[in-house]
Amino acid sequence: MIKRTDYLTKVYGIPNGHTIDVYEREVKGYQMARKVLTSMTKEQVIDEAKKANIRGRGGAGFPMGVKWSFMRPHPTKPAYLAINADEGEPGTHKDRTVMELNPHSVIEGCIIGCFGIGAHIAYIYVRDELHLSKARLEGAIVEAKKKGYLGKAPFGKDYSIEVYVHTGAGAYICGEETAMLNSLEGKRGEPRLKPPFPAQSGAFGCPTTVNNLETIAIVPTALALGGEEFSKLSALHTINDGGVRLYGINGHVNKPGIVELACGPTINELIHEIGGGVLGGKNVLCVIPGGSSTPILTPDELVHAPDEKNPLHPWDGKSVFDVPLGVDTMRGVGTMLGTCCVTVLAEGTCPVLAMQNLMQFYRHESCGQCTPCREGGAWLDHTVDKILDNKATMQDLNQLHDIANNIMGNTICAFGEGTAMPALGFLKKFRPDFEAYVRGERKRKDATLTPV
Amino acid sequence: MSFALSADHEQKLTDLLTRYPSKMAACIPLLHLCQQQHGWISHEIIDYVAKRLEVGVAHVQGVVTFYTLFNQKPVGKHQVWVCRTLPCALRGAGSILHHCEKKLGIHAGQTTSDGAITLRTAECLASCGTAPMMQVDKDYHENLTPEKVDTILDKLRKV
Ligand SMILES: Cc1cc2nc3c(=O)[nH]c(=O)nc-3n(C[C@H](O)[C@H](O)[C@H](O)COP(=O)(O)O)c2cc1C
Ligand code: SF4
Ligand code: FES
Repeated sequence: MIKRTDYLTKVYGIPNGHTIDVYEREVKGYQMARKVLTSMTKEQVIDEAKKANIRGRGGAGFPMGVKWSFMRPHPTKPAYLAINADEGEPGTHKDRTVMELNPHSVIEGCIIGCFGIGAHIAYIYVRDELHLSKARLEGAIVEAKKKGYLGKAPFGKDYSIEVYVHTGAGAYICGEETAMLNSLEGKRGEPRLKPPFPAQSGAFGCPTTVNNLETIAIVPTALALGGEEFSKLSALHTINDGGVRLYGINGHVNKPGIVELACGPTINELIHEIGGGVLGGKNVLCVIPGGSSTPILTPDELVHAPDEKNPLHPWDGKSVFDVPLGVDTMRGVGTMLGTCCVTVLAEGTCPVLAMQNLMQFYRHESCGQCTPCREGGAWLDHTVDKILDNKATMQDLNQLHDIANNIMGNTICAFGEGTAMPALGFLKKFRPDFEAYVRGERKRKDATLTPV
Repeated sequence: MSFALSADHEQKLTDLLTRYPSKMAACIPLLHLCQQQHGWISHEIIDYVAKRLEVGVAHVQGVVTFYTLFNQKPVGKHQVWVCRTLPCALRGAGSILHHCEKKLGIHAGQTTSDGAITLRTAECLASCGTAPMMQVDKDYHENLTPEKVDTILDKLRKV
């Protein structure tokens, strides 16, 4: 059952909702930051954050409070908070709405986050294209400073906090956290080998926490409600996936957009109750559950979880479209939750053409450091192109699997898996479509991405 | 002819340098300032940035070539980017791009002969819920139709 909430989105619909006056008046803005700085210890902050069960909203779903707790004071080096607003994962359009319409939630989250992890500076890394987002964040920083919520002594507390907006210059890979840190340092946005992890050696070689923009924006809400109360709002509270988050729906639906919901809506609910159903009343061919790096799901896939200990057991035998969207539930059905923005492909869409579109993206965006990713991505793109041109053999088609499998596990960063896993998803679930091109029964000129 | 920042941008650089523990960190923001002023990143600008930030020319060169938004040669007065990635493509980005190409008489990657408009494709610009879309200079235009595109491009020709 879908449960709408409006902790982050209430000010979306209010005139000047992005200003500090509205934020303070309508949603008790900055009261939690004040409380944290004037009456809480950092241990208490981290404790509440852990209880809130906020799984990272950037894609990987790591528990936020646990990540904060990795931060240890260093004898000589400062700590940093780095907020990831590089939003570039195809199909993802949520962080942008927060920056444009509720930028103060981000700034308040940064104040609490800095205090919790022992940092005095937060950098918000925004992709350069998002000019309005940057302007809104900058405006919010100025307003918060004027009120004395940032600077030398926020809320009168002797604990300086500054928030700076930093921009990239057009490179999807800068969303990967260590690439983002390199980019912040003024370097090429190439991912680093891990370990060391950012908590040991992040920005400028100092202990750093990287949080997604939505992750930090929900922090004031989570703490204001109390960690546990916040977590319980979620249908997946018992499996440590707490609270509320933004859900997006795009592609072939009647009403694409972003909504805030208690965690745990199903794909079917998002398509029909939020998205207003599929365009032209068509059936669904498949969905991309949370950004293009998450493998597709088809409506005829059923959950197989006969074991009662399996967290997916309650949905045993049901369609994967009827499973609540959560970090662990989606992992359980062989894909990933990702960014919670679902892309719908209607029946009649050519899956081979869809895969080719994505392979072009990955080929273009590989940073080129690892041979399997750089060369493999190019081969995937090239071979699917050849298939669409009826110039490929069955051997070429089979080779696609080998290329994808050779990328997996052989690269510096998860971009490699992000390329290979969706490729394998399309290949496995739509094999007959690929074969039809190989046999010359289908032609590129008849293929479409817009069946309605 | 040597490059120098405008007074306004000089002020911004001074402010930027206070934000980071290293000068190098100002590299990308400074390159943006230079590009705003000059339209593209010339060799002179690369030398200039290297000198101002006390980093190697090769480092700056490496940064400039890594990021797609740094123009390595002169471009049109206005930049038009049509998003081509799947969620936009599912809602007709292909025909929007085709429409732009026909109307401007150029292919993606080219500049109109009067130097007014450079047309390019972009990868997902975080507007998939309002697709198809394009970015024109600093502005997003969403839920596009061919008619909307006509209005936008006609206006651009005039400014
Ligand atoms: C190729 C790649 C691209 C990524 N892009 C983004 C992004 O645009 N925004 C984001 O927040 N996280 C992105 N991530 C995930 C980050 O590496 C990191 O896990 C995240 O920012 C941590 O924040 P969270 O724990 O709050 O989710 C990306 C990861 C990879 C491998
Ligand atoms: S996996 Fe790809 S994107 Fe990641 S570091 Fe290697 S080459 Fe770069
Ligand atoms: S695919 Fe075009 S904005 Fe995301």
